[in-house]
Amino acid sequence: MTSYGEAICKGFEYLLEKYPEVFVIGQGLWSPWYVGNSMTDLDVKFGKDRVLDSPVSENACTGAAIGASLCGYKPVVVHPRIDFMVLATDPIVNQAAKWAHMLGGQARPSVTIRGIINRGGEQGAQHSQALHSWYAHVPGLRVVMPATASDARDLLIASVLCEDPVVFIDDRWLYDLKDDLGPVIEQDLSQVGPKVRRAGSDVTLVGASYSAQLCELASVELAKQGISAEVIDLRVINPLNTDVIVSSVKKTGRLVAIDGSWGNCGLAGEVIASVFEKLGPDHFKCAPLRVTLPSAPAPTSKFLESEYYPTTDKIVAQIRQKFFSNRIEKTLFAEAVR
Amino acid sequence: MQNSENLPRLGRLAQAGEYSGPIDLKSYEANQLAHWLKKMLVIRYAEEKIADKVVDGTISCPCHLAIGQEAVAVGFCESIRPSDRMFGAHRSHSHYLASGAPLDELFYEVRGMLEGCSKGFGGSMHLYAEKQGLKGTVPIVAGTVPLAVGAALAAKMDGQRKKDSSNLDVGVAFFGDGATEEGVVQESLNLAKVYNLPVVFMCENNLFSSHLHIDLRQPTDTVARFAAAAGIKCEVVDGNDIVAVADASRRLIEHCRSGGGPVFLEAITYRWRGHVGPSEDRDVGVRRKDDLDVWKRRDPVRRLVDSLVAGGKFTSAEFDKLQIEVKDQVETAWAKTNTGTYPAKSMLLDIVYSSKAQEQII
Repeated sequence: MTSYGEAICKGFEYLLEKYPEVFVIGQGLWSPWYVGNSMTDLDVKFGKDRVLDSPVSENACTGAAIGASLCGYKPVVVHPRIDFMVLATDPIVNQAAKWAHMLGGQARPSVTIRGIINRGGEQGAQHSQALHSWYAHVPGLRVVMPATASDARDLLIASVLCEDPVVFIDDRWLYDLKDDLGPVIEQDLSQVGPKVRRAGSDVTLVGASYSAQLCELASVELAKQGISAEVIDLRVINPLNTDVIVSSVKKTGRLVAIDGSWGNCGLAGEVIASVFEKLGPDHFKCAPLRVTLPSAPAPTSKFLESEYYPTTDKIVAQIRQKFFSNRIEKTLFAEAVR
Repeated sequence: MQNSENLPRLGRLAQAGEYSGPIDLKSYEANQLAHWLKKMLVIRYAEEKIADKVVDGTISCPCHLAIGQEAVAVGFCESIRPSDRMFGAHRSHSHYLASGAPLDELFYEVRGMLEGCSKGFGGSMHLYAEKQGLKGTVPIVAGTVPLAVGAALAAKMDGQRKKDSSNLDVGVAFFGDGATEEGVVQESLNLAKVYNLPVVFMCENNLFSSHLHIDLRQPTDTVARFAAAAGIKCEVVDGNDIVAVADASRRLIEHCRSGGGPVFLEAITYRWRGHVGPSEDRDVGVRRKDDLDVWKRRDPVRRLVDSLVAGGKFTSAEFDKLQIEVKDQVETAWAKTNTGTYPAKSMLLDIVYSSKAQEQII
């Protein structure tokens, strides 16, 4: 079994071993703790010329990675906290995303921009954000959010090998999650999309990255209560393919979108809107449910933190209340009669 | 700490009316000088054509003209080879043409046509000439500066992989004085120096950012101090003296190629037209109204011609003939665009990603 963090490291090892045009640049890459266990000893194995620690310059380093990607290289620029990646918004949004289109499709920045979501532990508002919806808003970027250790390795490899600029977002809350990793099969990222992780018939739960894990945990809990949930892991949120979700909701008639970011103009709203647009109201047994963060910056106090983030219990409670209050009453009634 | 009174200033180099006489042609051959003159004329007449076509409405995209600044692009590109990696900005017709890229493709492009250098997706501000080493020009101020640094990182890695770092390709960032007010330029200078990258920071200081004179934006009128702060080799030249620009560029680019690290060239020049469009913007901003006519006496084209004629390397009649030749070339190239075509509607979505829209699972 390999953990999510180790799986990312294995992805890097595979890429650096096999592809001489791959290099990695970012802050903290020669430090043992900046990025958890996800890049351990890469500089020792592959040299400091290919694993470059950098000055505190998110903007210039990201721009430099884009520039190198236009000259035959496949760089990965690492932002150990996605909050700091905001300082690189110009090269990501104005340059990488639009470069190919502005120049008639004649040149493509094959760069991977890795941002790590790192929250909890009273880190506060500037060390807690999940900003994936921003990047998913922008045409030209592919945005990848692995939820399992296998995907963490394999989608990193697919991202780096992709000709397009990719924002690869991983989550420190997943780093200890373990998986059996098979041999690497290189995938074409344009063919990678949402996947059903668990089949079910009563309700469709959709999430990406850590939220997909919450969906799985919630589905286990719901099953104990006689509710059969289908779990869909989005994996790639831009471009967003909703076909799998549409098929699922046709079956279940109930949709829950869970996202570890804010609601307004966010991923959860996009999932619900695009599925509803395609299916129409007749396929829905009741209005869909969005589970997101409260519209407030992340607090520091652990008391408030536990209020702030969605948990399995909170999700299960909301789903029961929203969709199955009748069924629960009936179940309780049946149990009482028995 | 220095206060602003102790900061270096450009002095005569920035003063209208100075440096208006002939330039020192050094030992350059007449052929070489005539070749530069022709390239400068191509830029000037091409941009005058573009200005006319903006006025008559044939061109509708925003066009930022470099008339008056031709010597910088031409003198600099003399030392550039096709495997180098140049990046420009919003005012880059001159860089495109100085690189040797086709004139007609620029004209098609400003009309939004498929035959354009960017397939009609770029317009004036997004130009591409891969074969000539121009990786792209885009208008976010300073946006391409770190890209040029990355291109230089790639060039350095190429050298390491070939085990020969004695003749590196160079990354080039063309930018203006205004760009140095963006933080990313400071980040880029620092990064280029600590990684010892073969990148040329080519700053055209035309004293204006949009409408605002540099004296109203910075504590002094020269930006070379930023290079000095990062320990980067730097020269400041009269950007309207093509020989001075070519010589400084050659020295600095050779330094880069041989692994000496980043360099910075500040060329002092002046744009004759406004920030954007064909107008001279005499009514815009401080100083411009009074200075423009005086600055026109420092015309890089006129000074080269005067020097050539004075040195007996060129006759006035030959110059007249050259002007007619270049004007014909510009007319012919423009005429071609009248039969150009527009990009297919399907391209709008098909070129967003490397796989066509319909092949993706969206």
